Order: sequence, then C-alpha cells, then structure tokens
Amino acid sequence: MTTGLLTFIVLILIAIAIWQLTKIFDLSQAKADNTQVANDKDNNINGYLMMGFLMFIYVITIISFWKWGDLPLIGNSASEHGTSVDTLMVISMVLIFFVQTVTQALLHYFAFKYRGKKGRKALYYADNDKLEFIWTIIPVITLAGLILYGLFTWNEIMDVNMDDDPIVVELYAQQFNWKARYAGEDNVLGKANVRLIDLGDNPNILGLDREDKYAQDDVITQELRLPVGRKVVFKMRSQDVLHSAYMPHFRMQMNCVPGQTTEFAMTPTKTTAEMRETPKIVNKVSRINSIRAAKSKELAAKGEEALEPYEFDFLLLCNKICGESHYNMQMKVIVESQEDFDKWIAAQETFGKKK
Amino acid sequence: MSAEALHAKDHGHDHGHDHGHHHKETFITKYIFSQDHKMIAKQYLITGTIMGVIGVMMSIFFRMQIAWPKESFTIFEIFLGNWAPDGVLSADKYLALVTIHGTIMVFFVLTAGLSGTFSNLLIPLQIGARDMASGFLNMVSYWLFFISSVIMVLSLFVEGGAASAGWTIYPPLSALPEAIPGSGLGMTLWLVSMAIFIASSLLGSLNYIVTVINLRTKGMSMTRLPLTIWAFFVTAIIGVVSFPVLLSAALLLIFDRSFGTSFYLSDIFIQGEVLHYQGGSPVLFEHLFWFLGHPEVYIVLLPALGITSEIIATNSRKPIFGYRAMVASILAIAFLSTIVWGHHMFISGMNPFLGSVFTFTTLLIAIPSAVKAFNYITTLWKGNLQLNPAMLFSIGLVSTFITGGLTGIILGDSTLDINVHDTYFVVAHFHLVMGISALYGMFAGIYHWFPRMFGRMMNKNLGYIHFWVTAVCAYGVFFPMHFIGMAGLPRRYYTNSEFPLFDDLADVNVVITMFAIIGGIFQLVFLYNFFSSMFYGKKAPQNPWKSNTLEWTAPVEHMHGNWPGEIPHVHRWAYDYSKPGHDDDFVPQNVPMKEGEEELHH
Ligand code: HEM
Ligand SMILES: [Cu+2]
Ligand SMILES: [Cu+2]
Repeated sequence: MTTGLLTFIVLILIAIAIWQLTKIFDLSQAKADNTQVANDKDNNINGYLMMGFLMFIYVITIISFWKWGDLPLIGNSASEHGTSVDTLMVISMVLIFFVQTVTQALLHYFAFKYRGKKGRKALYYADNDKLEFIWTIIPVITLAGLILYGLFTWNEIMDVNMDDDPIVVELYAQQFNWKARYAGEDNVLGKANVRLIDLGDNPNILGLDREDKYAQDDVITQELRLPVGRKVVFKMRSQDVLHSAYMPHFRMQMNCVPGQTTEFAMTPTKTTAEMRETPKIVNKVSRINSIRAAKSKELAAKGEEALEPYEFDFLLLCNKICGESHYNMQMKVIVESQEDFDKWIAAQETFGKKK
Repeated sequence: MSAEALHAKDHGHDHGHDHGHHHKETFITKYIFSQDHKMIAKQYLITGTIMGVIGVMMSIFFRMQIAWPKESFTIFEIFLGNWAPDGVLSADKYLALVTIHGTIMVFFVLTAGLSGTFSNLLIPLQIGARDMASGFLNMVSYWLFFISSVIMVLSLFVEGGAASAGWTIYPPLSALPEAIPGSGLGMTLWLVSMAIFIASSLLGSLNYIVTVINLRTKGMSMTRLPLTIWAFFVTAIIGVVSFPVLLSAALLLIFDRSFGTSFYLSDIFIQGEVLHYQGGSPVLFEHLFWFLGHPEVYIVLLPALGITSEIIATNSRKPIFGYRAMVASILAIAFLSTIVWGHHMFISGMNPFLGSVFTFTTLLIAIPSAVKAFNYITTLWKGNLQLNPAMLFSIGLVSTFITGGLTGIILGDSTLDINVHDTYFVVAHFHLVMGISALYGMFAGIYHWFPRMFGRMMNKNLGYIHFWVTAVCAYGVFFPMHFIGMAGLPRRYYTNSEFPLFDDLADVNVVITMFAIIGGIFQLVFLYNFFSSMFYGKKAPQNPWKSNTLEWTAPVEHMHGNWPGEIPHVHRWAYDYSKPGHDDDFVPQNVPMKEGEEELHH
C-alpha cells in the first residue's frame, strides 16, 4: 500500500505544480491579447515543448530498453522454428525502430522549426508527384521483403505432417486446466468426443471411445513432458469454450476450439535443464528471486508465509479469454532426454489398463 | 441538376422565416427532439463524452487491480459495489470491466461520439447544405444511439453482471451463462444494445452518404471537398458495408443463446453436462465479427484523420500536401480494410493458407497509411505553424499513429503474430494506433470547432496543459506495454501473480498504472474547460482560425438552414493557404478566382 500512498502524493504534487503553471501562463498573458488563439509566444513555447517531447519519446524508448529490454522473449527460443521467428522479429524491430526514430524526429523538428511567427509566409506547396512516388515505393519494396520472409517461415511452421517420426500429443483444454494425452505405442490418438465423457466411478474424463483399439494405449497426464530434439505434433481440443495453447518459450500458440481439432507441430531444442542454464534465464531467475525475497520479507513482517524461490520451467498458458479463472490456467512443461521421457511414459497407466 | 432544385426549394424555405427566429420552436424541438444537424452533433458529443468518462474510469479501475492485485480500495467499494466485495475487485468482474471498457470506447465514444459529432456538424456546413438529407432520420439515429447507450450502462447493474467475454464476445464463452455469469442477462443486454447501436449507425451513415452525394452547393465538386468530408463520406460507406455483418453475427448468436440453434456451438461439455449443440463453429463467428471488427478500426480512425488533415492545413497556413494522394489513400484504406480481417485469426484454427493471404493484404494496407503519415509531415515543412491546442492534438495524432502503426507490421505478419497474439503487445498496438490517435482526433476537433458549435472559445492555456499531460501519459502507459507483451504476458488476466515468471513485470505495471491515473485525472482539466467555456468562454469571432472552409462563413447563432441568405457558392478547393498573389494567407472557398488565377491542384 506504500506504493499507493506514494502515487497519491505524487499526484497531489503534480496537481499543485500544474495549478501554479496555469497561474503563470495566465499572469504572463494578463495584458496580452485574450483571443484564445495562439500568438507568437504560444507558438514559441509549444514549439520548444515539441522538441522536449521528441526527447521524451527517445528517453522513454531508451529507458524501456534499458530497464525492460531484457523482458522480451527474443533470441532464446527453445524450439527449432523459434530461431527463424526470432530472426524475423529482430529484423522487423530494427526496421521499425529506425523508421520510428527518423519520422518522429522529422515531425517534431518541423513542428519546432516552423512554429508560427507574425509576418512569416508559409510556402504554397501542394504537390510533388516524384516525392510521393518515392515514399510509396520504398514501403512497397521493404514490405515485400518482409512479406516474403514471413510467408516462407509461416508455411514451414504451419505444414503439420507426420514426417520425421514425430510423437503425437493431444492438448485438452477445459475451464480452467489442461490435460495432455499421448498417443502411445501406435502413435495414433484414439477417437474421442465430449458426449462420451463420464465422470462416474469409472471415469473417462476426456471422452475417449472405449471401443476404439487406438485408444487403449493412450496415456492421459497432468503435466506435459517432451523428449528433446523430437518433433511433436500437437492436436488441440477444448471441451467447453475457446482457449489458446500458448507456450511462449517455444514461440508456439494455437487456439483450442470446441467441436474442432487444431494442430501445431514443433521440435523442442533445449531440455528444461539446459534452458535453466542459458544466461538469459539465469539472469531472469535471479532477478525474480530477489524480487520474491524482498516480498517474502514484507510478508514475514506481517507474519505471513514467505514465497518459495522461483525455478524456471517451461509453461503452457491459456491465452484466450475463457472465464473467471482464465488468469490461472497453466500447465508445467518439461523437456528432457529421450531416455528420461521413455522411462516416465512407461510408468504411466494407459487408458485401456485403467478400465 | 437535382442539387439545383434543392437549392431553389431551400431559398423558398428561407424567405418563410426570419433568421434566428423560429416561432414554432419549443424547448423540446430545439434541444431534445431536434432535427437540426448542429444540435444533433452536440447531442452526440455530450452523450459520447459521458460514455467516455465511464469508459476511462473503468480502465483506471482495472489498471489499479493489475498494479496492486487483490488490494482493497475504498474507491472500488464506492463505485463498483458488489463487483468488489470488501473493496477487492472480483475476477469475473475484472473481465466485465475490461469488456465494457472496450465496447464503450470503441463503439460509443470513438464511433458514435467522434463520427456522430463531426459528421453531423461538418457535412452540411462544409459542403454548403441547409441540413442533412433527412433531418428526421438523423434525429431517429441519435435517439437510437441514446437508447443503446442507456441499455449498455444499465447492463452493468443486472444480476450476474455485465457482459464479460471481451469486447469481441467470442462464443461459446459469450453464449453460455454456465461459462461465466456475465453471459446471462448482461450479455443479452449487450447484444440488444449493440443491435440498436447498429441501426443507429446505419441510419446515420446512409444520411451522410446521401447528403454528400446530393446536397453539395454549386461549385463544390467532389475534388474540391475538404478532406474531412472525404473521410466522413468513406467512413459512412465502410460502416454501411460492414455493420450489417456484425448485426447478423449478433442475431445468430442470439439464436444460439435463446432458441437452441447451433451456428457457433458444437460438442460442449460444461459443468458436468453435455449440451445439445452440434455442428456449429466458433470460428465462423470470428470471421463475421472481424469482417466488421477490422473496418471498425478505420471507422474510428478515418474521421480522426480527416479532422486532422483539415486542422493541420489550417494551422500550418499551407495547403495539405498531396490532396489527391490523401483521397486516394482514404479510398485504398477503405477498400483494403474489408479484406484484411483474417489477421485477427492467424492462430484461430482457420486454414493456414488463408493466413498467408491475410498477411499479404495486411502489409499492403501499411502503404496508404505510410503515405498519409509522410504527407502530414510534409505539410508541416516550411509552414507557419499556429500551435493552437487543436494543432497540438493533430500533431500528437500523427506521432501516435506512426508509433502504433509500425507495430502493426509485426502483428500483421502471421509468423510473428504467433508469439504476441493476445498479449499486451496487442493492447499497446491498438491503443496507440486507434484508441489514442482517434481520441486525439476527437480532442482536436472539439478544440477547433468549439467556437463553431457554441459561439465561444475554449481556454487555450488549459488546452495546452491538457495536451501535454495527456501526450506524456499516453506514451507512458502504452509504450512500456509493448515490452511486457513481448515477455509473453497475456491480456485479459485478472492478475499476473499466479506466474512467478511474470514477477519481474510487476514494477512496469505499477508505472503504467500511475501514468494511467495521472492521465485520467487530467481529463478533468478538459471537462472543466469544455463545460465552463460553453457558458463563460470568450465570445468567438466568425472565423477565429482564419480557415477556408464554408462552415466559417455561416453565422454563429443557432438557426435552421445554416445561412440566413443564399448558400455560398464554391470557387476553389479548401486549401488555398498562403497562396501567392493574395493579400491574406487564406482564401475561403467562396471567394471567386481572380482573373488569371491558376487552380493549381488539379
Ligand atoms: C485512459 C486510457 C486507457 C487506458 C489506461 C486503457 C487501458 C486498457 C487496458 C490495460 C486494456 C487491456 C486489458 C486486458 O486485456 O486485460 C484495455 C482494453 C481495451 N481498451 Fe483501453 N485503455 C484506455 C483507453 C482506451 C481507448 C481510447 C480505447 C478506444 C479504442 C480503448 C479500447 C480498448 C479495447 C477495445 C480494449 C479491449 C477490451 C477487451 O479486451 O475486450 N481503450 N484498455
Ligand atoms: Cu482457458
Ligand atoms: Cu484488423
């Protein structure tokens, strides 16, 4: 609540400052004209403020990069296609920051440079076909480049096929949790429909078809484990409303649509253990832990339980508004070696056995 | 031809009355059921402003929840009542706030409030017409808008709370009260309100289109129209094309909700039961919604761009640069805006090939937008800039339009959208490019045409303070938001505290909220200036900004028919500012060409 109080005080101070400012504005113009139309003095002040504002835009950009520039998920993707996504992202970012810097400079500088003065005459300049052609054609060419690169990558990502011996995993969404279903030995998911869901003594929570032979070896789990370096074909299903399966570290997202199965394929390239060791994640975790330690101290002072230290894990988040607890619909994702994965999956009970 | 005939009739109408004196006008017909476009414009403005206050307050409330999650605030107890038991906002009501905030800002403030106000005010005045083609339908349009606003506000108070499925109301969440309480009566009222809103918008738009086509004064060819009118005209066309699609989407949703059809629903198991729906698809709804939803962005934005074109030219004392290119880009944007909707659906499960097509069309639309931005900048070059508050907001618009537009290049690229879709990156993008930009357009319009509407000037110093604080806060709120979005923070989350991964975003979120609060509070400066100037402002001269367009030739007093005598004829385009060979630095449109004077622009 200290922050709240601080905000309040800051607000009050600013209000007072502004109050004084208006007074000064008013006093300085008491004798001057009172037409409420900008005069040379207003043009002057606001012209300088325009330059100040340009500086503000640059400063807030620099501060954002400096303080929060390590937040964005760029450059440490944990999937195969993620690297090309990141490259395209970096190219686009560099481009738009360049354009942003130049155009904002021109805009605000002109606003300052050509601020009105009595007696100055503006240039009657209505058209210039050549100029306009140039600044039409430049975006055309740049965008064409971006489009081509983007489409190329997109088609590759979206080409979901069964080449390269992938494992098939269903991500099953419901308000407000996730389940995973592995296709088992036969690598084919058994048929399923919400009409077959049975929450009774012999539960069938994902509505699998008990008669389907492909369903017998399916494995349903509460956490998602993936072998590193092996392509995964995800099939998404939802039993109630729209959800979205979002795994930011793998640059992967796909909506889960009731009545339909959606797909996404990707290959994890780093195990959880490896990811925890990358410098970006090490930094992030230590920063988060110092925040949590500070918070724990506060909590302890109030006699409440301290927070657990944070350890990095891949996550599956829901990223489509799905109801009251949308904000807490998550599942842990573990990427491990093929052997560890095989051991784990072998220890799980298959659907057929449960019966 | 037919325009001539109408003029003749108009003149006849004039001679029947003394100007300014209407014996048959009562309080009711003048202020309430008025058919006069100027009064209707004011009604739109005031209603839109009130809705704006509600919408902005909501955003401040949910921003407080994000910055200080589950903290108890007295102000919540006062304003939110049982939505915030013990002053702690509840999770599903957070979503209700977000939903209604979005709906109100997009439709009620920036569609009706902005377009309704200035299309009504300026179309007849700037093209030289006595009024809209149909004053009666115009009045009906306003009152439908009023009713829909009332219903939307009332929906906040019903059992279960207001609609909470996001302003995009994707089913099944919006269709099933079992899924979230707000999808009960609250959602029904949302749909009813929007259906009425759409009817209002269609009546308004048809009126604008017919008026612009038929009622232009002598000499006002399409190529001499001020860019404001071009923008309003094309906006109205986009509205007529796309709003009916939203209406049908809403109707089908009403069927699914109330009559058991399955347009959007299939295979649903919720709260322990299988529902009967089969064969529908939520993706169909997304297509229908965004077929309006994307053009809607331009319905919001184009009028703002039209307004700023006019204001930038006037205050630069220079012709708008590249008039024809500006018109061409408005038309190009209008056309392209109807074929890009799929960029909201790259990962919706629709055919990925369509994703490629929509990426292509989306990046195409960046081109006319870029042309517009460059043309604005060139208009400032070598001008004699009169930095009135309206001008500042117009320059501010160009600034936020560029900042927000550039990130569109990322979101429009299907490959990149995968990772930022539905994160705060999107929230930052669309607020800058459409929310803040259009809001600046609206403020610019209000400061500029206040004298025309109320016969008084707004206080410029308060205007300056309003602008500078708003400008700083807008960037302060939405610029850092890009970074938390790229960190993978989803939007529409009640709190981020369930994910230790996001703990390091907490301080950014506090900064954003502080800026939002300060920015929000400073809108009071504007409200004060607006309402007090209405009564106590300095009396305005006829043409305070020395502008060329026809509205400044009409007397300020409230009168039917706009001009006491004949309607002025038009002899030139609207942008003869600082034209060599003239003594003044402006030449109004009704001034005949001098002998041998060249008409430069086409
Ligand atoms: C005081 C200024 C404003 C602030 C601080 C603000 C803040 C926000 C925030 C943080 C969200 C995202 C919440 C979430 O996704 O969890 C949001 C949503 C939204 N805002 Fe604003 N906003 C402001 C003004 C506007 C304006 C002028 C518009 C007009 C276009 C607007 C339109 C929207 C829309 C359409 C949404 C999406 C609602 C949804 O997710 O269903 N906002 N606003
Ligand atoms: Cu969900
Ligand atoms: Cu769009």
